[in-house]
Amino acid sequence: MTDQNTSLSPLDLETPEKPFLDANELVINMGPQHPATHGVLRVILRLDGEKVMGLECVIGYLHRGVEKIGENRTYTMFNPYVDRMDYVAAVSNGLGYCETVEKLLGVEAPPRAQYIRVILTELNRMASHQLWLGTHALDIGAITPLFYTFRDREEILKIFEKYCGARLTTHAFRIGGLQYEAYEGFEKDVRNFVSFVAPKIDEYEELLTTNRIWLERTKGVGIISGKDCIALGVTGPVLRASGVKWDLRKAQPYANYKNFDFDIPIGQCGDTYDRYLVRMAEFRQSLRIIQQAVDGIPEGPIMAKVPKVIKPPVGEVYHSIEAPKGELGYFIVSDGSTQPYRLRVRPPSFVNLQALDQMCRGQLVADVIAVIGTLDIVLGEVDR
Amino acid sequence: MHQFVQYVLSYLSSDKTPGSAGNMFWAFVYILLIFTGLSIAVIAMNWLERKILAHMQVRLGPMRVGPHGLLQPIADALKLLLKEDIMPAEADGFVFWIAPLLVVLSAFTVFIVVPFGPTHAVTDMNIGVLFMLGVSSLSVLGIVMAGWASNSHYPLIGALRSSAQMVSYEVAMGLAVVSVILMTSLNATGTGTLSMIGIVQAQQSQGIWFIFKFFPLGLIGFFIFAVAMVAETNRAPFDLPEAESELTAGFHTEYSGFRWSLFFLAEYSAMIAVSSIAVTLWLGGWLRPFPNFLSGSVADLVFSLFPGITFLFLAGMCFYSTARMPKHPYFRIQTLGLAGFGVVLGLIGLLLFVAPVRERVQDIYWFSAKVAAFMYLYIWYRGTFPRYRFDQLMKVGWKVLLPMSLGVLILTAGAGMLFSMGK
Repeated sequence: MTDQNTSLSPLDLETPEKPFLDANELVINMGPQHPATHGVLRVILRLDGEKVMGLECVIGYLHRGVEKIGENRTYTMFNPYVDRMDYVAAVSNGLGYCETVEKLLGVEAPPRAQYIRVILTELNRMASHQLWLGTHALDIGAITPLFYTFRDREEILKIFEKYCGARLTTHAFRIGGLQYEAYEGFEKDVRNFVSFVAPKIDEYEELLTTNRIWLERTKGVGIISGKDCIALGVTGPVLRASGVKWDLRKAQPYANYKNFDFDIPIGQCGDTYDRYLVRMAEFRQSLRIIQQAVDGIPEGPIMAKVPKVIKPPVGEVYHSIEAPKGELGYFIVSDGSTQPYRLRVRPPSFVNLQALDQMCRGQLVADVIAVIGTLDIVLGEVDR
Repeated sequence: MHQFVQYVLSYLSSDKTPGSAGNMFWAFVYILLIFTGLSIAVIAMNWLERKILAHMQVRLGPMRVGPHGLLQPIADALKLLLKEDIMPAEADGFVFWIAPLLVVLSAFTVFIVVPFGPTHAVTDMNIGVLFMLGVSSLSVLGIVMAGWASNSHYPLIGALRSSAQMVSYEVAMGLAVVSVILMTSLNATGTGTLSMIGIVQAQQSQGIWFIFKFFPLGLIGFFIFAVAMVAETNRAPFDLPEAESELTAGFHTEYSGFRWSLFFLAEYSAMIAVSSIAVTLWLGGWLRPFPNFLSGSVADLVFSLFPGITFLFLAGMCFYSTARMPKHPYFRIQTLGLAGFGVVLGLIGLLLFVAPVRERVQDIYWFSAKVAAFMYLYIWYRGTFPRYRFDQLMKVGWKVLLPMSLGVLILTAGAGMLFSMGK
């Protein structure tokens, strides 16, 4: 446990007042094997009674050296590896990587490929949010939503499986477009899914949105201001719930997103409940995008002209997309060979996790669980 | 020998509980019956909770061990008995050892005064309610001991939470109980009773369940008790002491195998115990619906047929499921087992139609049916509600339930005075 004064945080965090006269601090180690730390996150909590005086995250239990692997694989070979970072939103990772390399090569995927990419990515955003909702509610003690979300997430995974044969680590996209043409009945499946899942989202909301206990557990818990979010580099729904209207799909449109009509839901006070509402609204926006994309899907080729052996010109590129959890960026330095000279990933979970201390100070132990859930971290992405 | 037979038989014509009649033999028999019955009830609860919760959550629950997972609790119990018995090296051995025993002891002891019928209780104490509340709150001692003796952080926090929670909710619970005690005194002599059997008899003589007495006062008192009893037994949405997502397993984190199963047993029997208090105090205990309104021999006969009909219905369910079992030979044993279970249930149902059995069993049936409704509520809560945070839990206990129960107590006293002045 490091000294509390040597905080690496850009914010000056105050130690909350102690409620008791001579209460002793209790240091508790939460994780890496703990039911509510979403994988192998280890949190060292300093408690005064039930009040959190400060905490420290210990990460790296799932470190596989993805960035270093990237330097030793060709551009094509590295593509499946990115699926293993945020394994609940593998399609988004693939989209980010493929677009980055395309940007480096100076090619663009054909429109049909881009539409299919958007459909799959938005489906994946919904799957990721469903997993978040289930586990977040489970952490707060509501066990039933988990099974409801898993039931509906299954339908998304079925579409993935039919499209590319894999359910989780899909490797759905290729540099320059797609390898597989959409299977027969793809559009029908997606349309069916849209009409199937819309009432289900109402069902989740019915269970939680106006539930008194849910409101008490999430309102005013883990508040973070928009300013602090920006200072910490927090992105995604967490940033938007704090009232900052920043969505890369609108701010720096990529992959055809400028052709679609959708809103960016934002929250007001940046508490756990607002983050919940923002993600619930994002479900509906994703459905809108999917509906438009499947209606306007053009005919044509699905692969741009990309050489068999990818040798990008010397240079560097940074490209980022709006993954379900926030800004997912790839920075690639090319030395003109078949392998990247340096590949750096900016994972949203890793950056968002830095806000945990800020959000939990002065709250109770139970709130730490709620906040870890609401940050929606995936340890595969935090540790890479 | 002859004397002994006389001694045994002499009780059968008695209209008192064995304890009150001073008959040790029958008291012992009742203790054994309650012990086995309670163990079976806990096993059944285990299966039912998993099944009902599963069906609420779009899944099937246990299906593999026995037909529809009927043998799953037995398999689990066997597994727990055979598991390695782990005691942490730093634990305080003696306290660690005695804590689960204390919890189980207090959970089972309260059943001495639970009245399954006017004669179906081990004994009838004149301080029955106090005894139940007192002994059932002893279990908090065992929980604190378990948390302390484990010498580990999570159990300690769980134990502290648990003790604070149980102590806080006991206050509101006790005040709600007092309002019922006041209601029992609304008779000719003006003396109330604390005896569990006496409370039910008071409801019978006043011709109303206390939940409907002085509407809505009785209902509010019942509501307070119903909330407090969930908190008292550490169940969802007040399951903070064992909040899985926060404290892994709370006070029994370090326990495993048989010791852990004792905590499990105690939790479920405590649930049944507090539900029996609620049933006795507010829902007319063993009384069948409308004992005064629909009296007469025909109504008596009709209502006494209910236990048999229930068992025949369950048997019918078994046969229906048997017909729906897959026809594959792999399932033959399971199908036969389910049919056999149905036959057993049906035979019990037929036995319950025999006149002397019918007369003696129907009290127990109505009591158990009311308790079972509470058990279902427990499961339903668990499937529906998120968990309260610790400070919110305290807020609900002290700032909402306590003032409410004080208000109900004062208003009940006032209403009772007006009532007796009116006479």
